[in-house]
Amino acid sequence: MSDPKTTVDAKGQTCPMPVLMTAKAAKELASGETMLIEATDNGARSDIPAWVEQTGNELVESSEDGGVMRFLVRKK
Amino acid sequence: MTDNPVNTEPESMTIIAFSGDLDKLWPTMILSSTAAANGMDVTVFYTFWGLFPLVKDDVRITGYDAMTKMLAGMNAPGMKKAKLSKMEMGGMGHWMMRKVAKKNNLMPPEDLFEMAKDMGVHMWPCQMTMDLLGIEPDQMVDGLGEPVGAATALKKMANSNISLFI
Repeated sequence: MSDPKTTVDAKGQTCPMPVLMTAKAAKELASGETMLIEATDNGARSDIPAWVEQTGNELVESSEDGGVMRFLVRKK
Repeated sequence: MTDNPVNTEPESMTIIAFSGDLDKLWPTMILSSTAAANGMDVTVFYTFWGLFPLVKDDVRITGYDAMTKMLAGMNAPGMKKAKLSKMEMGGMGHWMMRKVAKKNNLMPPEDLFEMAKDMGVHMWPCQMTMDLLGIEPDQMVDGLGEPVGAATALKKMANSNISLFI
């Protein structure tokens, strides 16, 4: 898999910041480019996938390790 | 991964911000900014007590006569001065809530308000409340839309997928 174009470091941020930061970063992406979102807020576990679905983007993969959630998202 | 429980795809949201209390400002700012992040067209209509938080922080008193000035004093215009609706305890309530929020990295409503504006959320002051309370346009924060009335707000709500009264 190709490296993400950008990484959104939302670790330590709480709702609604991970989603707001993700939306902001998405604006800078071209169609087909990916970004990696890192978050520690428990709400992000459902919020980032919900944002992806709502905005019609694609959740390529997600993982969780040591309290850090990672979401790889491709812009539609 | 949790399924998104929302099965419709709303494209527009309108919030009637009726309360000026700190505990109500938070959900208004969180929901409006997040809805904008979700790509929705978002409008917040500020009316009655909801209008006081839009007054600039350095404007202490608004109003055109003794009673409206007294009301302004009692309602502490400005978002940073918003109080809790319950257990305010003479100022302790909002102070403690802000401290807890900061400790947990929850952004204060005035910062979320700025982010919401940046993300294109329309902020509509209520013309009638401005006239009623004597709040002048130059006493309110920057970046607001033109003052409108109830019919305009209702028209927007009628065309919204989500309408909230907070």
